[in-house]
Amino acid sequence: MIRILDAGPQTTVQDLGRTGQMRYGIPPSGPVDRFAFVLANRLLGNPDTAAALECTLMGPRFEVTAAGAIAVTGADTPVTVNGQDAAGWATIMVKPGDLVKLGPARTGVRSYIGFAGGLDVPLALGSRSTYLRGRVGGLQGRALKKGDELEVFPSGPVKLRRVPRGEIPDYTGEPTVRAVPGPQADRFTPEGLRALFGGRYEVLPQSDRMGSRLRGPRIEHARGHDIISDGIALGAIQVPGDGQPIVLLVDRQSTGGYTKVATICSSDIWRVGQARPGQSLRFQSIGVEEAHRLLRESDTALEAAVREEIA
Amino acid sequence: MRFLPAGDLAVCVELGEEISVEVNTRVRALEFLIQQKGLTGVVETVPAYSSLLVYYDPRVVGYDPVCAAIAELVPQATTAVLPPPRTVELPCCYEDPDLGFDLAAAAKRLELSTDDLVRLHAGAEYLVYFIGFTPGLPYMTGMPERINIPRLDTPRTKTPPGSVGIGGIQCCIYSVESPGGFWILGRTPVALYDPSASEPTLLRPGDRVRFRRIDRAEFDAIGVAVAARTYQPVIS
Repeated sequence: MIRILDAGPQTTVQDLGRTGQMRYGIPPSGPVDRFAFVLANRLLGNPDTAAALECTLMGPRFEVTAAGAIAVTGADTPVTVNGQDAAGWATIMVKPGDLVKLGPARTGVRSYIGFAGGLDVPLALGSRSTYLRGRVGGLQGRALKKGDELEVFPSGPVKLRRVPRGEIPDYTGEPTVRAVPGPQADRFTPEGLRALFGGRYEVLPQSDRMGSRLRGPRIEHARGHDIISDGIALGAIQVPGDGQPIVLLVDRQSTGGYTKVATICSSDIWRVGQARPGQSLRFQSIGVEEAHRLLRESDTALEAAVREEIA
Repeated sequence: MRFLPAGDLAVCVELGEEISVEVNTRVRALEFLIQQKGLTGVVETVPAYSSLLVYYDPRVVGYDPVCAAIAELVPQATTAVLPPPRTVELPCCYEDPDLGFDLAAAAKRLELSTDDLVRLHAGAEYLVYFIGFTPGLPYMTGMPERINIPRLDTPRTKTPPGSVGIGGIQCCIYSVESPGGFWILGRTPVALYDPSASEPTLLRPGDRVRFRRIDRAEFDAIGVAVAARTYQPVIS
């Protein structure tokens, strides 16, 4: 069990997300950076579906009340246990009374804290993920606050594991994000598409788990920005009348009436979620088959990323 | 019919380019058939007015095979395959300007008396085309042509849950407090979304909705029952 001493600006319980509820208007939720989330679990020998914490820009401070193991991945965040530096992207053994603190993220936005066994919060609609706007899942459907206590499921013996430095994602710079044109690419002018796939787009501060708002060269519509509302996939790049893109993430609305020029590949969407306000992105157009190949590559990279420590 | 890629995890199946009962029925029938047949690799589906978004797992099925399997079902996607719809009766209080705060202005704009507007609105039966925007919010049509009204010029930033609104040919009921551009004629005390319930959303795509006029006293009484979880909406 852990006791939260300081929750940080937005720390929520997430698992891999909800399925089957979008037809009722309830989004999947789950981690914005699935890659880092899954690695936090694998460092602890957990199934990928185990619930962990997602922290935003600044992590929590908490007290450990039972022996166990944790792992911190995602945004590059200083971690200390009882004031001593501890390594990110590696298994950290903890004992009762230990004080764990995550500092402000140096790069990236979202960090993940996995717990050996996984966090024990009730399933809500088949998932432990928190959907803040819908007040459902996680701990009473809300972000953590000071004084919260979280139970952890029992876990077997934990081996010490780490992600080698070369496998740790780089959240700095100007990432190129691959996207499949459509579903409404035909509603944009050739100049509009060239702008999207040639320009730089800066992440704006009004970004959250629902979507990342970007600013850059205008993505010009050919015939109006409204469509008959349809479903919105993960990573959809929605373009309202002002020609500025909004990338829709895990807490997105299930349907909407704005044109979607392209859809970011699932294996690249974390790059958007980890880009900070002020950081820029570029887009590259690829086909569906290529996107599927990238997803297989990403699955393989996940398999290869975790190594056992050699004593 | 068109298949539009929506990234690497979903495909948008467009069955038409209009808002009509006919096209929407085919969308819902296609969704029903996909669920019934348990198409390989399909993860979940999201119906809208004239299209169905099909999420699939590319580790299990490729883009072309999943489109081919869906295309095979499209000719059978008609009203005949759908189970009989549910009819949900929703009590609605129109008489209190604190609840139906746009009623008088909408009536004026439509050159109707408020009573005629309420009579026309409450007298119709509505079809839930789909649920979207916020949890449990129904997109419905079925309004008499006479009360077709353009949406508000300036959308309001906050609309209380349960607000029953009209705009264009559509009627909607806000499920949670959210921004909105509909004219609010009244409010239902029934919760369309209750995150602590085992089934958090009341309405489903394909439901028929009828409004029953209630006064403020009954609105308050039902509100108390809803809060105490003793209220059962009439569903047939």
